[in-house]
Parts: sequence; structure tokens; C-alpha cells
Amino acid sequence: MNVTQAAFRAGLFDPELPAPNGLQNPDGAQASKRFDVYRNNVAVGLSDALEAAFPVIRKLVGDNFFRAMAGVYLRKHPPKSPLMMFYGQAMPQFLRRFGPAQSLPYLPDIALLELAMRRAYHAADAGSVDPQSLGALAPDALLASRLRFAPAVQVLKSGYPIHAIYRANTTADAPKPVMKPENVLITRAGFDPQIHLLDQAATTCIAALKDGATLGETLVDDRLDLGATLALLLGQSAITSIY
Amino acid sequence: MFDQPRDTPLPALPGVGYKPQHYADIIKDADPVGWLEIHAENYMGDGGRPIAQLRHLAERFPISVHGVGLSIGSEGDLDPDHLARLKHLVDWLNPASFSEHLAWSTHDSHFLNDLLPLPYTETTLAKVASHITQVQDTLGRQMLLENPSSYLAFAESTYSEPDFLREIVARTGCGLLLDVNNVFVSATNLKTSPQAYIDAFPVDAVGEIHLGGHDEDQDETGAPLLIDSHGKAVVDPVWALLDYTLARTGPKPLLIEWDNDVPDWATLADEAKRAAKALDGVAA
Repeated sequence: MNVTQAAFRAGLFDPELPAPNGLQNPDGAQASKRFDVYRNNVAVGLSDALEAAFPVIRKLVGDNFFRAMAGVYLRKHPPKSPLMMFYGQAMPQFLRRFGPAQSLPYLPDIALLELAMRRAYHAADAGSVDPQSLGALAPDALLASRLRFAPAVQVLKSGYPIHAIYRANTTADAPKPVMKPENVLITRAGFDPQIHLLDQAATTCIAALKDGATLGETLVDDRLDLGATLALLLGQSAITSIY
Repeated sequence: MFDQPRDTPLPALPGVGYKPQHYADIIKDADPVGWLEIHAENYMGDGGRPIAQLRHLAERFPISVHGVGLSIGSEGDLDPDHLARLKHLVDWLNPASFSEHLAWSTHDSHFLNDLLPLPYTETTLAKVASHITQVQDTLGRQMLLENPSSYLAFAESTYSEPDFLREIVARTGCGLLLDVNNVFVSATNLKTSPQAYIDAFPVDAVGEIHLGGHDEDQDETGAPLLIDSHGKAVVDPVWALLDYTLARTGPKPLLIEWDNDVPDWATLADEAKRAAKALDGVAA
């Protein structure tokens, strides 16, 4: 009896199936517990990768809930690439529909944030623009300029307090989250991604700049403090060049 | 910047699987570790700390790139995207060695994150050999193929594992990575003799030896079932099998693998010291 890899794989993900015919113990009997070694390796390996990817989600739901949820996720969304550092891309959409998680409606956005932090961690290194070169521009020239951003830089908008929830679960003595919408900027000046709370005006401004707007084109909201926004971006090495 | 040319092989010294938590210790004093092995897939991001650390380490140590995701034993084709990523890594790093496993891990474009077994038949021999030739042609270098840990046997197999590997070497010109712990685990699990396996192994092709820890369990009949966990120290019977192996192979680059429940550097360095002693006792 030849064992196809399709049959082997099907058995790995369905504990109700017997081990494929043709897999044997040393005495020639049909393998059972020996096949379970592979089942266990696959489930534990993928579950561990999800734990590493989503430490804040895990803290929010607890170890037992996370393990059970990971068991469902890994069967529904097995990895499509051998790069386990990026496993879990479907977690936000999975959490939106995962019944037992519906009482925590902010989980999908926290998953998006954790994925974004991981992307930032592995993003390409980038040099940053000399802040003086911005300061040297005449006001008209400055407002006509566009910015290029480091690959790690991302803006996330949420209807939930994602910054406060993230901080409360990663930083000692962080304040308790208050339920309100929050937007964040992710940067990586050195090797460790940083998360910054953004107000609505700065969010719109940075998102527009990332889409290629000139600085002048972002001056649509009276509440925008362009100086403070640029200072944040420059201070976090978020801008690689102006053009 | 990189002074480890392609034709400089790994030295016949102890090496360890590199873990980021040991970075500062390694930079300070790596003795007796003479080289490092990395898992290729962990260094396929675009940048950041992992790549920066690897660049820094590669200036100081010969590096062995050990792939865990190429799925050389697949029934289907190799993933061209993954092979391209591997080529990119090997091209910029120019490591002393590249190795992969006699196993499969991807089926139908789903990656299963484990080293899964294959039967040893004419069909699988032809497939594995063509995959290895494709890898070596793409990378422009010889690769080493590692013997797996086996928990069960395939009724359809017509080759013994050493014979299968010898034929792969003959057809592709690849080298072999002999994992002595895997030999011990497989022999225990399949009730065969680990010494007989070493006796039958094509030792002339061995470019590197692996050692690691395993867990002990039992199957449903009460027979011993060893699990290749890489989560603890190498056990005495495996050290003894190493001595037996080195007597046949002569001194080889000797890696301590410890991937789970990773210990502090001092504990890992002690394992490397024991490996150094084993190498000291072998005539070149």
C-alpha cells in the first residue's frame, strides 16, 4: 500500500482519521501512536508559532483559550509559506468570525496591530533624512514637498483603544484602557518597533503623505499640528527622503 | 567584508545552532565553538535585527545555513519562490555550507512546519535526486542532505536508508549531514542496530555531523518511542555512538542542536566542550 502525501497530510489534521494504511510499527502492525507523533509535532509547532506572533492576544484571552483557538485556526489556515515569522496573516478575519471571541470585539484590531509590529520588526533597514534638510527649505518649497517613508512605518486606525490595550499588555504600570477609538503610528528607528498614539488630524496627514500627497495638501484640518507631526516622524527616523 | 569564501568548508570543530538570546555571550567569548548554524527561514525577512546580527556574526564565524522549509522530499515540485529566497540568502551571506533534510514539509502549497517522512523507493529516489540537482544548480554549490528521525516504517520501502542516501549521493554529487541522534532515535524506534546503520553509511560523503537531545515515550505496545525534540542535553548512548561514528568518518564539523527549552550559553558551551573532547580523541 503506497501512502500518498495527500493522505498523510489529511491524517495530520484530522485526529478522527486512522493513520494511513502502509505506515507500520517495527513489528509490521499498522502504526497508530507513532503517527500521532507527527500530528502532535505539526499542531504544537504551528500553535507555538501563533503564540510567538500574538503575545498580546494570548494575554487578553488566556493560555487555555489561545491554545484551543490556535487549534481551530491552524486547521482552517495552515501556513502557505515556510516563513513562520509571518504565519497568522488571516488572524484578524478569523477572529472577526470566531464565535467564542465575539465578547472581545477589539481582538481583530489587536491582531492587525501585532501583525504590523512583526512586519515592522522584519522590514528592510532604511536610512533617514537629515532633519536639517527639511528645515533648510523655504516654506513654499517645504509645502510642495512629498516624503518617502521607511518600510517599517505603518498607520493603523481603529474604533477601539488599540494603543492603550497594547500598552497595558506589554508595559508595566501602563494605565487601564478607556473604551474609545484610537489610531497609531508604527515606526522603527533602530531594531525595535515603536507604537505611537495619533490624533485624528495627524492620522489623516500621515496617511495622505504615505499615499504621496505634498505637505501642503495635508493642511486640510485646522486641528493638525504639522510641526509636531513632522517632529515625531523625524525623531523616529520614519522619513527616508523628501522629493 | 565577508572573508569566508565559498571554497572554505566548515572547520572540524564544535558548532552550535545559533539562538538570538546567546548573541552577547557569543560575541564576548564563544570558546570552544568554532562555527554557527542558522535556520535559513529565520533570516528571510527584509532587514532588522535578525539580518544585522547575522551580518555581524558572519564576519567572525563560519556559518552553516540549514534549511527547514524546502521540502526536498515532496511528491510535487519545489516552491520556486522559496528556492529564490534561499538563493538570495546564500548569495549575500556566502556561507561555508548549506544543508537540508531528507523529508517533506509542504503539500499542495500548504507548509506543515514539520519534517515528514517518505518511503524509500525508485520513485522517491528519482524525485529527491531531481530536487537536489535543482537546488544545487540554483545555488551554484553542493548541498548536504540530512538523514531524518523515523518514528514509523513504510511498507512500500525497497531501499534501506543508508542505501537510499548512497544512491542520492551517486546521482547528484551532494554531500551528507549525518545526524547521530537521528540514527539513534530511528534505530531505537524501528528496532534496528545504530552501529549497523553507521557501518552501512556512505561516510566518504559526510560533511557535517549533528548531535541533539531527544524525549522518551512508548508506543501503544509499550515499545520505546524516542522523539527528536532538540530540547535537552545529548544522552550518553548518543555520545558513545558519536565516538563510533567519528572512528569511521574522522574529524568532522560537529553541531550541537538545542532548539527548544534553549539553555543558557554556559550549558550549551559545556555540550560543545564535550564535542571538542570527542573530536580530540579522533585521528585525522
